Amino acid sequence: MSGGWEPVIGLEIHAQLATRSKIFSGAATAYGAAPNTQACLVDLGYPGVLPVLNAEAVRLAVRFGLAIGASIASRSVFARKNYFYPDLPKGYQISQYELPVVQGGSLRIELDDGSSRTVRLTRAHLEEDAGKSLHENFQGLSGIDLNRAGTPLLEIVSEPDMRSAKEAAAYMRRIHQLVRWIGICDGNMQEGSFRCDANVSVRPAGSTQLGTRTEIKNLNSFRFLERAILFEIDRQVGVLEDGGRIVQETRLYDPERDQTRSMRSKEEANDYRYFPDPDLLPLEISEALVAEVRATLPELPDARAQRLVAEAGLGAGEAALLTASRELADYFEAVLAAVGPGQARLAATWVNGELAAALNRDSLGIEAARVDAQALAGLLARIADQTISGKIAKEVFEAMWAGEGSADQIIDRKGLRQITDSSALEQVIDQVIAANPGQVAEYRAGKDKLFGFFVGQVMKLTAGKGNPAQVNELLRRKLAS
Amino acid sequence: MQGDDRSIAELARALRERSTSSRELVAASLARIERFDGALNAFITVTPEQALAAADAADARLARGEGGPLTGVPIAHKDIFCTRGIATTCASKMLANFISPYDATVVERLAAAGLVCVGKTNMDEFAMGSSNETSFFGPVRNPWDLERSPGGSSGGSAAAVAAGLVPAATGTDTGGSIRQPAALSGITGFKPSYGRVSRYGMIAFASSLDQAGILARSAEDAALLVEAMAGFDPRDSTSADLPVPHYVAELGRPLAGRRIGVPPEFFDAGLDAGCAARLREALDVLRQLGAEIVDVSLPHLGLSVPTYYIVAPAEASSNLARFDGVRFGHRSTAASSLEEMYKRSRQEGFGAEVRRRIMTGTYVLSTGYYDAYYLQAQKARKLIAEDLRRAFDRVDVIAGPTTPTPAFRLGEKTDDPVQMYLNDIYTIAVNLAGVPGISVPCGFVDGLPVGLQLIGPAFGEAAVLNVAHQYQCATDWHRRRPADPPAGVKR
Repeated sequence: MSGGWEPVIGLEIHAQLATRSKIFSGAATAYGAAPNTQACLVDLGYPGVLPVLNAEAVRLAVRFGLAIGASIASRSVFARKNYFYPDLPKGYQISQYELPVVQGGSLRIELDDGSSRTVRLTRAHLEEDAGKSLHENFQGLSGIDLNRAGTPLLEIVSEPDMRSAKEAAAYMRRIHQLVRWIGICDGNMQEGSFRCDANVSVRPAGSTQLGTRTEIKNLNSFRFLERAILFEIDRQVGVLEDGGRIVQETRLYDPERDQTRSMRSKEEANDYRYFPDPDLLPLEISEALVAEVRATLPELPDARAQRLVAEAGLGAGEAALLTASRELADYFEAVLAAVGPGQARLAATWVNGELAAALNRDSLGIEAARVDAQALAGLLARIADQTISGKIAKEVFEAMWAGEGSADQIIDRKGLRQITDSSALEQVIDQVIAANPGQVAEYRAGKDKLFGFFVGQVMKLTAGKGNPAQVNELLRRKLAS
Repeated sequence: MQGDDRSIAELARALRERSTSSRELVAASLARIERFDGALNAFITVTPEQALAAADAADARLARGEGGPLTGVPIAHKDIFCTRGIATTCASKMLANFISPYDATVVERLAAAGLVCVGKTNMDEFAMGSSNETSFFGPVRNPWDLERSPGGSSGGSAAAVAAGLVPAATGTDTGGSIRQPAALSGITGFKPSYGRVSRYGMIAFASSLDQAGILARSAEDAALLVEAMAGFDPRDSTSADLPVPHYVAELGRPLAGRRIGVPPEFFDAGLDAGCAARLREALDVLRQLGAEIVDVSLPHLGLSVPTYYIVAPAEASSNLARFDGVRFGHRSTAASSLEEMYKRSRQEGFGAEVRRRIMTGTYVLSTGYYDAYYLQAQKARKLIAEDLRRAFDRVDVIAGPTTPTPAFRLGEKTDDPVQMYLNDIYTIAVNLAGVPGISVPCGFVDGLPVGLQLIGPAFGEAAVLNVAHQYQCATDWHRRRPADPPAGVKR
């Protein structure tokens, strides 16, 4: 950071847990239902109703804790966070306060310059979401939709370990990758399943004391997070350099104006009057449950990337790309298994290259790829056995993507099989030499660059099907003689 | 017209033998309510049509030989239990227009056992009070003296049973709200252990203290009904997943060898001399029945009132936050902003005592006061519970007074909340410790009933009911009835 200021950033990420029913009731959690059709009496906070904890939400929280190497509290406590708001039916949110279920843990983030650093986590705790207030389409009124009320959330709190907006975005991406990888959250940011609050402060470089922080609420994209933090750092440095003081407050990011603005100051903040919820017993988690969840935990992204480097000989960058999601890594490993371990680099190049480009172009996820792993392996096998060249293979891939059949069917139908018959290639080469006496003379006089011209002519006459290595070798021999 | 003096067991037997019908019993109950509730004000809602229909259904089942041991017996529910399709007001203006869309577990279980609900009884607003004077629907009158309070908060249930309007009624007890009105109204009031009866559908006052129970004419009746109400409920995380003993089967056990503890702290200067005399007589009866009376000490008993008046309001301040005028209940029409709607709806919807407790509770949970009040109270609560636990290492049951005095006059304590709170001094420790307690009639002072309180260890309801029943086998205080009040007078 310019001007000798060091930003200090910590994030609070809210991940909606992928349970079928709510955290304290049996109502469904599916997104997009008509307003107030997925809220039962418990979600509505009716007189006399009581919360009952969803055991699956606990398992998912434990899963997260194990994935980040945190300790799982054998006893944690649900507390009430009291405040009035129309979309908060009970007048309090059930959350965890003093004793959260997941304590500690850490995560490694990788930066664009290839360096990496470790971000420590403070805690992750279970809580219920509130409903939604709808201010549009109601003349002079507000609408309340309580479908979301009681949806299980895991609030993941980091230590203030990040020093730039880029690091914060990298950390948010890493958590996003992890929660989807271990299947505890669908990560859908448009639907609000994954959202983030950023705590930002700045201090003179070299200082060990924390500056006064502000909290930017409800950031629902990586880009907004990065932009909001960049703006906020600049704003705080500006205030301090003008001799002002930072006010501890909650701020909102306005993407239209690309700036943050004050929402409420610390003085205006609610006194939440947290106390243990007497309707719920302390949450006790046995060693046996932890062991059971641990046994179902998949190989984690870092471990998997390292294995791809070690076993398949991939580069670290390639491996990182292939482990962006568990589905992608599964796809890659399925291709690799079908095409054979000797073709790891070829498989990696194709999955990260042509396949990724096609998915991106059609805005598809890997699970919706129009060429499945077996089919791609069929194509790569034809490259490996020199039936087709890499260039022809791209044409075949496009045809496969368009649903025209398997690699072999397309190669046969379009007659794309590579010419590897030396006598046939020699015939074509002889024709080219005969037709271009001037260029032959120049080449032989030392104009090496013309070699490419001859290759091009041969490929033109073979419609691209000449085996490139063979063509090169035969041409070189014939031109030398 | 005379009240029916038969016990629940006798009524049930008569029903099974077809010597009476549920319609006959329910109609008699409705007729007495019609005739005398003008004077007593024990009911907020009476449901004759539903009750008679349910009675006919019960008779049909009995005719087919399908009825259970309680089928067809009339009962009333305290208006804190949610009853589907029937007003559930908690005696508050806030919920005066609230019709519950569901039944509380207690209501559901008693209906499943065949009991017929005749209506909803009056109470202190949101169960906050010891005199039934905080009800939005007006005070209940004590059948023994209409100028006096029947106690609270289950005062309507107590008066209805004492006056023979119903053979039994449900109640809830957060700091004495079953036992104290039972004592002041001359009936039996039983609060089981915390967690024994589901709280689902019982409108919460203080969740860690609230417990449902029964107001009836005898320990035997209470045992029969609590057996039908009790047991694990997956909808209440604090309900105990323990089998419910067959309480009735243990009632007959002789008292020889039972150890009954008497703490000197229960016989302090605050206890009325007349009440103390009745209690000593009751202890003599127990001794004559073969029980051994043992001194036990509850050194922290004096902390129970201040502890309770921190814990209960703290929880109440949060529990009552849902009454915000948004989804149900009273909403002020005079508000022009959200903030104002909250303030006015709650100001208009809640009575003075409820507002006082919400403010107290909000205060003790606030930043800067939490440690000094709420946390200290939790520590004191542990000490009080530990006192009782230790005492039960030595004795089976603890005996003492239920209240410091007999029924007080209406209006006598309404200007002094602390005097009112001190009325619960002997009952509150039981709630703080989560143990069972019963109040049984043990005589009169100046024509007003006095209650003997018996307390047991957690989930030791059987011992409490056994001692109470044996006492009632040897005495007839629980059979005494007040004269019928003047008919048809609505005060």
